[in-house]
Amino acid sequence: MAHDTTHEGSATKRIWFVFAILSVVTIAEVILGIIKPAFLTDTMFLGMRLLNWIFIILTIYKAYYIAWSFMHLEHETKGLRRAIVWTSIFLISYLIFILLTEGGYIYEVYKSGHVAWDF
Amino acid sequence: MEATVVRTGTEGKTWGGGNDPLKASYGKMMMWFFILSDALTFSGFLAAYGFSRFKFIDSWPIADEVFNHFPFLHGVDAPMYYVALMTFILIFSSVTMVLAVDAGHHMKKAKVTLYMFLTIIGGIIFVGSQAWEWKNFISGEYGAVTTKGGNILQFVDGEGHRVALSEIAVPIEGDRVEHEANNGIWFDSGAELPTYSLDEIKAGFVANEDLLIRTQTFTEDNEKTILSRDESLAKLDAEAVGTVEGANLTQNEYGPPLFADFFFFITGFHGFHVLSGIIINIIIFFNVVIGTYERRGSYEMVEKVGLYWHFVDLVWVFVFTFFYLV
Repeated sequence: MAHDTTHEGSATKRIWFVFAILSVVTIAEVILGIIKPAFLTDTMFLGMRLLNWIFIILTIYKAYYIAWSFMHLEHETKGLRRAIVWTSIFLISYLIFILLTEGGYIYEVYKSGHVAWDF
Repeated sequence: MEATVVRTGTEGKTWGGGNDPLKASYGKMMMWFFILSDALTFSGFLAAYGFSRFKFIDSWPIADEVFNHFPFLHGVDAPMYYVALMTFILIFSSVTMVLAVDAGHHMKKAKVTLYMFLTIIGGIIFVGSQAWEWKNFISGEYGAVTTKGGNILQFVDGEGHRVALSEIAVPIEGDRVEHEANNGIWFDSGAELPTYSLDEIKAGFVANEDLLIRTQTFTEDNEKTILSRDESLAKLDAEAVGTVEGANLTQNEYGPPLFADFFFFITGFHGFHVLSGIIINIIIFFNVVIGTYERRGSYEMVEKVGLYWHFVDLVWVFVFTFFYLV
C-alpha cells in the first residue's frame, strides 16, 4: 500500500485543478445568469436561446469532470465506464427528446386549439 | 473440500469463473449500478419538469425573481447569489470527500478522519441552506391574486417595481370569521382565511392610481406583460377570485402551481439524498475513527460512500442549471 510521495502529490494537485475548473465554470454561469447578455438571449439556436445552450453545455462540462476525476471513472476499465456512461446517455437523451417534444406539442394545442383553458 | 468440487474443464478460461474483467470489487460495481439507476430516476423528474415547462413555455416564472434572497440582506434583490453559494459548499464538500478517498489510498487515518469530518459539515450546511430556501419560497414575498382560469396576477407600480399585497390592501371591517371545528355541525374546519381578502385588494387597487397588473405571460422581449390601467381594472374585476401569498402544492404566487410542485419534489428528493449521504458519511466517519478500515487494510468503504456523495453533487449541478439558470 506504500505509494511513493510523488504519486500522492499529483493526485492532490489534480483534485485542486478540477475544483478550480468547477468553481470558474460556476462563477461564469452565475455571472451570465445575472447580466443575461442581450445578444445571447435574442439569438435562437435549435428552438432554444443561445444562453440556455451555453448553460447546458457548461453543466455537462462540469458533470464530465465530477464523474471522470472525482468519481474516478478515468481510472476504471473501459467496460465499466461504457456500461455506465453509454447506458445513461442513451436513455436520458431519449427520455428528454420524447418528453420535450410532447410538451411543445401540448403548448401548441393550448395556444391554437378551439377549447379555451384560460376563461 | 476437494472431493465436492465439480471439474468443468473450463478452469482458467474466460467462462471458468473467477475473472473480474471490470477490475472493480463487487461493492463498488453495485454502487455504480445503483447510481446509474438513481441517475435515471432524477432524469425522469427533470425531464418531467422540462415537459411542464415546455407546456407553459410562455408563462413560467422567472427564477431570478423567485430566488432572490440572501441571509441578513432583507429587501435586497440578490438573484442567485445564495444558490451559487450553496453550489460552492456542495462542490467543496465533494473536494474534501475526494481528498479523504485519496488519503485512504495512502492509509492515512488522521487525514481521512479530518476530510470526512469536513465533508459532513459541508453537507449539513447545504441541507440547512436548502431549508432556508424552502422557507423563503413557502412564505413568499409580494403575494398575488388568483384568477378563475388558475393563473395569477401580480401588482407593479408605474415604474414596473413589484408591489406587495400588504401595501395595496385597504382594511375593510367585515364579518370574515374563520370556520373552526368547534362551531360547525361536524368536526371539520374550513380553509384558513387569507391575510387580505380580495375585496380589500380590489378597493386598494382602485384607490391607488399608480398600480398596474402584471400577468404571467411573457412579452416578445422575454419580460412579463404589464397591462394598462384600464385593462388592469377590467381584468381584476372580471377574473380575480382570491389572494395567494407564498407557495404550496396547490397555489403559487410566482406562477403555475406546477412550478412549486416540481421545486418541492425535485429539490426535496435531492435534499433527501444529501441527508442520507450525511448519515452514511457519519457511519463511515465513526468506522474510520475506531479503526475498522485500518484493521481491514483497505479504505474502500470510504471510496464507495464517496461515489454516492459525488453523485449527489453531480445531480445538484443539473438541478442548479435547470431550476435556477435556464
